[in-house]
Parts: sequence; structure tokens; C-alpha cells
Amino acid sequence: MGTALDIKIKRANKVYHAGEVLSGVVVISSKDSVQHQGVSLTMEGTVNLQLSAKSYTLRCDMKRSLLAKDLTKTCEFIVHSAPQKGKFTPSPVDFTITPETLQNVKERALLPKFLLRGHLNSTNCVITQPLTGELVVESSEAAIRSVELQLVRVETCGCAEGYARDATEIQNIQIADGDVCRGLSVPIYMVFPRLFTCPTLETTNFKVEFEVNIVVLLHPDHLITENFPLKLCRI
Amino acid sequence: MAVFPWHSRNRNYKAEFASCRLEAVPLEFGDYHPLKPITVTESKTKKVNRKGSTSSTSSSSSSSVVDPLSSVLDGTDPLSMFAATADPAALAAAMDSSRRKRDRDDNSVVGSDFEPWTNKRGEILARYTTTEKLSINLFMGSEKGKAGTATLAMSEKVRTRLEELDDFEEGSQKELLNLTQQDYVNRIEELNQSLKDAWASDQKVKALKIVIQCSKLLSDTSVIQFYPSKFVLITDILDTFDHFSPENANDTAKETCLNWFFKIASIRELIPRFYVEASILKCNKFLSKTGISECLPRLTCMIRGIGDPLVSVYARAYLCRVGMEVAPHLKETLNKNFFDFLLTFKQIHGDTVQNQLVVQGVELPSYLPLYPPAMDWIFQCISYHAPEALLTEMMERCKKLGNNALLLNSVMSAFRAEFIATRSMDFIGMIKECDESGFPKHLLFRSLGLNLALADPPESDRLQILNEAWKVITKLKNPQDYINCAEVWVEYTCKHFTKREVNTVLADVIKHMTPDRAFEDSYPQLQLIIKKVIAHFHDFSVLFSVEKFLPFLDMFQKESVRVEVCKCIMDAFIKHQQEPTKDPVILNALLHVCKTMHDSVNALTLEDEKRMLSYLINGFIKMVSFGRDFEQQLSFYVESRSMFCNLEPVLVQLIHSVNRLAMETRKVMKGNHSRKTAAFVRACVAYCFITIPSLAGIFTRLNLYLHSGQVALANQCLSQADAFFKAAISLVPEVPKMINIDGKMRPSESFLLEFLCNFFSTLLIVPDHPEHGVLFLVRELLNVIQDYTWEDNSDEKIRIYTCVLHLLSAMSQETYLYHIDKVDSNDSLYGGDSKFLAENNKLCETVMAQILEHLKTLAKDEALKRQSSLGLSFFNSILAHGDLRNNKLNQLSVNLWHLAQRHGCADTRTMVKTLEYIKKQSKQPDMTHLTELALRLPLQTRT
Repeated sequence: MGTALDIKIKRANKVYHAGEVLSGVVVISSKDSVQHQGVSLTMEGTVNLQLSAKSYTLRCDMKRSLLAKDLTKTCEFIVHSAPQKGKFTPSPVDFTITPETLQNVKERALLPKFLLRGHLNSTNCVITQPLTGELVVESSEAAIRSVELQLVRVETCGCAEGYARDATEIQNIQIADGDVCRGLSVPIYMVFPRLFTCPTLETTNFKVEFEVNIVVLLHPDHLITENFPLKLCRI
Repeated sequence: MAVFPWHSRNRNYKAEFASCRLEAVPLEFGDYHPLKPITVTESKTKKVNRKGSTSSTSSSSSSSVVDPLSSVLDGTDPLSMFAATADPAALAAAMDSSRRKRDRDDNSVVGSDFEPWTNKRGEILARYTTTEKLSINLFMGSEKGKAGTATLAMSEKVRTRLEELDDFEEGSQKELLNLTQQDYVNRIEELNQSLKDAWASDQKVKALKIVIQCSKLLSDTSVIQFYPSKFVLITDILDTFDHFSPENANDTAKETCLNWFFKIASIRELIPRFYVEASILKCNKFLSKTGISECLPRLTCMIRGIGDPLVSVYARAYLCRVGMEVAPHLKETLNKNFFDFLLTFKQIHGDTVQNQLVVQGVELPSYLPLYPPAMDWIFQCISYHAPEALLTEMMERCKKLGNNALLLNSVMSAFRAEFIATRSMDFIGMIKECDESGFPKHLLFRSLGLNLALADPPESDRLQILNEAWKVITKLKNPQDYINCAEVWVEYTCKHFTKREVNTVLADVIKHMTPDRAFEDSYPQLQLIIKKVIAHFHDFSVLFSVEKFLPFLDMFQKESVRVEVCKCIMDAFIKHQQEPTKDPVILNALLHVCKTMHDSVNALTLEDEKRMLSYLINGFIKMVSFGRDFEQQLSFYVESRSMFCNLEPVLVQLIHSVNRLAMETRKVMKGNHSRKTAAFVRACVAYCFITIPSLAGIFTRLNLYLHSGQVALANQCLSQADAFFKAAISLVPEVPKMINIDGKMRPSESFLLEFLCNFFSTLLIVPDHPEHGVLFLVRELLNVIQDYTWEDNSDEKIRIYTCVLHLLSAMSQETYLYHIDKVDSNDSLYGGDSKFLAENNKLCETVMAQILEHLKTLAKDEALKRQSSLGLSFFNSILAHGDLRNNKLNQLSVNLWHLAQRHGCADTRTMVKTLEYIKKQSKQPDMTHLTELALRLPLQTRT
């Protein structure tokens, strides 16, 4: 073996923006001299368009590969779309969840009584900043098992027949485990995963949107979900 | 072979002494003196590893002298040279770490007075145990790392699913059921090891996964009484993980940290997400300056999401611990944790917890004690160097909560003792008001007592505090609860009150612990009580006048414990007793104590233990003095001998003590014994004479015979002295060739030589017995030496003969070198009688013949060196003691000189020096004949 290739990009975090120059070095380490017919750099941008009928996925990562005879070394880097112009305005949301506020309930009478209050600091979110807020269990007859935050990506794609819409859970975070203390606020806090989120995108042909669900699990077997659409942007 | 006659040189000891003595020189202050302490200040100009250029300057108070120790070294000492050549990176690292340490000292306040977590660890593991079966539920087998490289890019859900499938396919057991506690501990240790392995083999993702899986175990509260120990085990793993985090902050490290934080942020479950993030809290400083100060409050809030109060309080304890380590200045977080804890405190008595306890079959009084380790820790962190106002506020807030025994206990365990002590009466009031059901009250009183042992309450409250506390303590029914509490309060009682109160307390303890032999289960506590009492009563007459003290000792019925207690008492006595005593109360009590120690000795007792006991008993014997009542003193020694006959060192001490007593008597009588004192002294001598044979050590016996004989001689007990010396002589043939010294077998000859030389010096002044022949002791000893089986290849016998020659020469002098007051030695007995001198010389001739005979046998190749040195030593003896005006002796010495040089074995320098000495001596009057001798002694030049 002896010969090894390595690509070293200048930026440690490997994050670039459109229009920037990506620079670095290719390191060839070898014990003796190496013959070659040239070293070439190839850059490949893959926006993973998976052609299943339903999902379009946009991935903001790109691949670049380098070929030197039989030796190949690939190195991923990330391109962030240019920061959006325009002013960021926070949009706080307060919410209250009781058996009465729920839709989609089959037998409301069987539900135990509860009262949850809370707020999200903003549904307009900067993608690099966490989603924050608070949740207070004011009262609940049934013991609480878990409270979770579910981040969902909704992709809508227009095509000849109309449009296809697909929602994928991309992250699920537990914020409360067990029967939490009543009347004490539990923080809502979620970091947006780097590889699965992008700024909210709306074009004529396809849309990428995000939503967060607050999911409360009660004993013995109740599931309460409250949905909040989010608008992500990058500044 | 010709017989050489001996002629001793006449010595004028006085003149010799005067000529040997150094001239006294008056010394001015500041003058140089070799024995004056030297202070060396060393300054190094260059200390790096260039050896040649190293220079060191030494200066001392006496400028003319260089410190001999430092001058031996070539400039730099080897240690600093080593340090200087050490690799510069290590050096830089060391400097870096020291700087960091200094930095930390600057901005933090955690000092050595903060009890570290490591101290608590063992205690928790020992206290919270279970016999129930445990289970570990892991998604990843600890030994298999198959899923270790799965990318975290997949969503958590999918990944878990895949792993489950993998596991399923390989048929691995995910859930380990029915583990005993020890299995569980082993399993956790395995995980810890695989974490280290994973990290070492660069499988960082796997390492992270192990940590996550371990943290998950902390959300499991089945077998709840094991939870505190589980917490300790798992946080150990988190500590291991924390050690891996990068040390320096470059871009790569920053990026790695960022990656980690993203990964951790996506951990689905709350509890592992919390623990893993908290464990690498210090990495936040790589991301931003305010990283840690932002992260701590967020993590604190995050704990609010943990529903189970026990899990949550331990999570807080962990956060406080990490916080204190990483950022001790961020006090607000600690306080926030405390207040959050108070807010959730009511949950402990909520339905969820109660239901859980019913399911597990755990009672509230055994559930609540699971909290203190965590609570105490949180409280300790907050109260560390906290202002008084904060403590007061915390106390007030605790007061407001109902059923606050648990809180009260932690406040007392963690807050500064001074703070608690000054408010003792408040606390007693609060304890009284507590609800009895949850947390046992005796634990509260115990905690209070612990504080009062460390800090003093206001003078005016002291008695009331004791009364109030003891009122409750004495009512405790369970002996274990009682003793745990009483033990703590004894310290307070001893510190502030007199023997009357201590006596009452001891009496109360006896009353509680005697029924059903309850003391058998509480020896450690009872021992502590004794230790505390003796620590405060240094005056043993007061201590033993505490009526219940000895009855208290009677509770220690297990021998090993009783002996331990006795040792403590004797140790304290030796340490604190300043003056010798004859107080009958002390003597009686301590004799009893010592007897107990002595009687514990049996065939299986270790040597070390015997030595320890002997040391303690000897310490006691030395402190007993009846002043001028010597007879009383002797009868005490007689009594002691009968009591401590199994400990040889004690008997030795007793013999020395009695000898000392005899000499004291002599001193008091100024050497002139009356009829009464003479009889007393003989009694002392008799004591020694009959005690010595019971000892085992042969050299101990020999030396004691000699020593006691000297004492007898000094007290004009001549026939007794003879008896001692005869006994010593008859013992010599019994000396074995090898003796045991500190567990090693060593040849005994050198010890025998040493003893005999010492013996000879004494024999010089022992007067001959009128009914025995001339020099009968010396003759007898010579016979014994002659018959003794010496090592084949040793010259010890000849060396001894040389010494005998010296003795005999000294004996033939007109006036001996030294005398004993009021004892006529042979010099005055015989007055230089010619018959005596002839006998003496005859003995010398025999001895010389023996020496020469031996020298002849050494004429073999391998022994030539020995021949040379022995010959020279004999030459020196003749030179020093013989009269060289005698031709034969003169000729013999010349022959010996040649013999010493014959085979080139002699050390030329020694020979040169000897010759110089002879020439110098020849200048003295009466020594001129040495000039001629010197001419006949050629120096061999080495060719």
C-alpha cells in the first residue's frame, strides 16, 4: 500500500456559502516515488432527488471526489444557501391544551381532565438557533408518562395529477419523562438538526415546510398532540 | 616453636591522656567552626542540559567552606538534570497545567476545605445495597461493537430499529435479567472498560453510544433502594467519558465539540440527553466564552422535565458536582437547583411515588433515606463559602415546607457547623415539630450532634441543648438507633461539661446497651465513645474517677475489641501523662488494662502485635514512680513481673528499671550504703538475677548479666557481681552460630565479639575472689572461648585473643585506667605483686602462642590476605601494649612486620602511616628505643 491520499479543506467546519472559493490541499503521503497520470479534482453536487413517487428530498450537502489512478478519496462539505435578506421578526405563540381544545377525539368523555399551558418564543425560527419555549402542566388527573417534541418536515410537490404531500418525522426529543411536577414550567428546547433542515422553501412546483408537534403521553394510554407550523430561515 | 615471653609496657595513663587531648581554642562569635550549621544558598545561572556550561555557585555562612554535600555533585544534581533533559513538550504541558491550576485558583473558590465527591462515593456504595435481582437493558451488547459505526445521520428512530434488527439476527440478549448486585457492578465495570477501549481504538461514536446507553440506566427506578449506588457507578462512567474531552481549543477541537453537541441534542430520551450533555459541560468553553454560563441554567431547567423526584434530585446532584468542578463561581445555578428542588419537594409524598413504593414493597422510612446523599451534596455545594444571609434564607424556605425532616437533615449535614451550632436551640425546636412518620428523628439528632462536635453553641444554651437532646435520645428503643445517636453526642458532652455529666451519659449508655447483650452489635460505636472520652480527659486521675468508666470497659467482652480499647487508653496515657504518678486509682486501673493486653498474648500472636503491646506496657511502667519510697517501687516491679511474664521486652524493661532503682539508691546514699539500703540493693540485684534466666534472647541475657553485674559491683555487692559474671561466662557456649535478627538469620560471631570486648573492659576492675585463684574469671572465660566452636574460616577467635592480651596488659599496670568508687580492684589488692604479674604474663604467653599458631595455619594461598592483616593487627597490639625494649618481643614485632608485607597483601599507605607513628612515638621520652626499631622495619615497594 504505502500511498495514501488525503484532502484537507481549509475550514474546519466544512461549511461554505454560495459564491465562496473552496480551498485546501491534497496530501499524498508515500514511502517512495509514485507514478501518476495526473491528479484531478472532481466536484459533484448531489441534490438527492429520490424518484420515488412521493418524496423529494433536498439535501444541502455535496460531494467532491478526487481520482488519482486507483486511489480515491472523497470528502464531504456543506453548502449553506445564502442568508436571506429581510428582517427577522419573532412571532410568539401561547397555547392552552385541555380535553376541550382537542380535535379528532372519538369519545371525549373518556378523556381524563388536564390543563396544559405554554408558549413558544417564536414560530419564526433562525435555523441555527434552537426552538425555545415553556410548558406548564397546571393539572392532570392522569399521571403523565412523557412529553415530546416532534419535528416534522412536510414536502409538497406539484405534478400533473395535482400535488403530492409527504410528512416525515426528522427528530423526536423528549422534554419531560415521568409524572412532572404540576405548576412548574418545563423548558421547550430543541436544536434543529443540521443535515435534515433547511430554510422553509416555497416555489410553484414544490414546498419544503416544517412543523413541530408537542406530544403528551398520559397514563394509561392517551396521546395528545398539538401542532405548530414553523417557518425556518437563515440569517 | 619458640615461646615468646610477654612484657607489658608501663603506662602513664594521665600523661597519655594529657598528650592526646586536643588543645582548647577559644572561639569568637562568627568564627569558623566545622560543626556550625551551614546554610547553603545555591544559585544556578544555567540549568539546561548543556552539561559543560553548568555553573553553580555556593556560598555559605562561613565563606571559607563549601558545603561538602553539594560540592560532591558536579554542578547540577542528577534530579534537576533529569528534569532539564526531559522532553520539552512534557515540560510545557507541566507548565501549562500549573498555570491552569493557578488560573483556577484565582477565579474559583473551591479549596481543600470542600469535601470532594470521591469521599462520598465509597460511603454510598457501601450503604445502599440490595439483595434483589437487577437487570440491565442495553440495546447494544457490551462486547459487540457491530452497530458502532452506524452513521448518526440517520434519524434516531430508524437507527434504533436497525439495531434492534441486528441484535435480533445475532440472537444477542439485550436485556440482562436476574443479576445480583455484584454481577451488576461487574457489568458496569465491563462497560467502563469497553468505553475506554472504544475510545482508544478511535471508535468515538461507539464510545458515545455506550455513554448514552449507560445514562439510560439512570431512568430505571426498579429496585429503588439500589438507585444511589447505581448513580455512583454510572457517573463514574461519565467521568471516564469526560476525561476524553479535548484539552486545547483549536478549530478542530471546536468542530468536534460542535458535532458532539449536535449529536447529543438529538438524543431522544431526556435523562441520557441530560447526563451526557452535563458530562461534557466543560467543552462548552470551546464554543464560546459564555458557553458554560449559558448552558448550566438551561440544564438546570431541563431537570424540571424529570418526573421522578429521586431521579431528578440525583440529576441535580450530578449537575451541581459538574458545575462545582467546571465553574465554581456560577453560584446562581446551584441556588436555582436548590429552589427548584424545593418546588418539587411535595412530589415525594405524591400519588405517583406512593404507588411506586407499593409496587416495590418499600416503606417510606426506608425510601426517604435514599435522598440524603444527593441532597447533602447539593446543600454542601451551595453552602460552601455562602454568605450567612443565603443560608438563613434557605433555612427559612425549608422551614415553610411541611414534613421537612429530610430537608432539615440535609441542612444540618451540609451547612457550616458554626452556622448550625449558633442556632442549635432553633433546630431542636424544629426537630421536635417534625412529623415522626417519614424520616426518623434520631437521625436528625445525630446530624445535630455531629455539628456540635465541630462547633460550639452559645455558652448560655449549652446545658439546655444537652438536656433537650438527651431527653429524646434516652427514649430511643432500638439499641442501634440509640447508640448511633449517643455516640455522636458524647463528644459534645465531653467538650463542654465535667466528669459528672460524662458519667451520667456513660451510665445511660450502659443501661441501654446491656440488655440482651446489645453491645455485641455496637462495638465500633462503643469504641468511638471511649476514644472521645479519653481524647478529652488527659488527666487520668480524673478519668478513672468517672465511676462508670471501668464498668463501661466491661462491655467490651470480645477479646480483640477489648484489647484494641486497652491499647487506645494506654496510647493516650503515654501521650498525655506528663509527670510520673503513684496515684493508686490510676495504677489499679491501668494495671488492669495492661493485664488485659498482656493476657491476650498467645502462641498465635504476631511479633508486631507483641512489640506494640510491650511498648505500651513499658510506657506505663516508666511512668510509675513512688518517689523516695523505693521499697514500694520494687514491690511494684515484682508485681509487674508476675503480671507481664509473657512479654520479654517488658521483663527487660523491668530489669533495667530495677537496676536503675539500685543506682538511684546508691545516689541517694552518696555511695555509702547503710545496712538497710545495702539489703535493699541486694534485693534489687536478686530480682535481676532470678529474672534474667526466664528470657529467651541469648544476647539479651548476656548483656543483662553484664549490665546487672556492673550495677552489683557499683553497689559493692561483690559476690553477687561474681555470680552475674559467672552466669554470663557459662552462657557463652550456648550462643548459636546463627541468630534471628528482625526475621533474618545472621551469623552471631560479630555480636559475640562485641559482647566479649565489653565484658573484658568490665573484668579489668573486678577484684579476684579471695578463695579462687588469680584471675579466675578471665581464665574461665578463656577456657570457654577455647572450647567454643568457631566458624572454620574466621579469625574472630584470634581477634578476641588479641583483646585478651590488651586486657592482661592493662591488668599488669600499677594503677588501672579506671575504677569503681569504693571497690578495690586487683591493682590495689595485689599492689603489683610479682607473683600476680608472673601469672599474668604466663597467661599472655599462652594467648600469644595461640595467636602465632593461628598465623601459621594461614600460610596458604587463599588465606594470605587474612594472615597479613592479622599479623599487622598483632604487630599494632605489641606496639601499643608491649615493652619493645625486650629483645624477643622486639624481634617478634619485626618478624610480624615482614609477615604482613611478605606476599604483597599489605596496604602500603597503612604501613607508611604505621611507620610514621613509630617514628613520632620515638621522640617521646622513654620511647627512644623505637628509633632503632623503626630502622629495622623496611617498607616494601611495590614492583
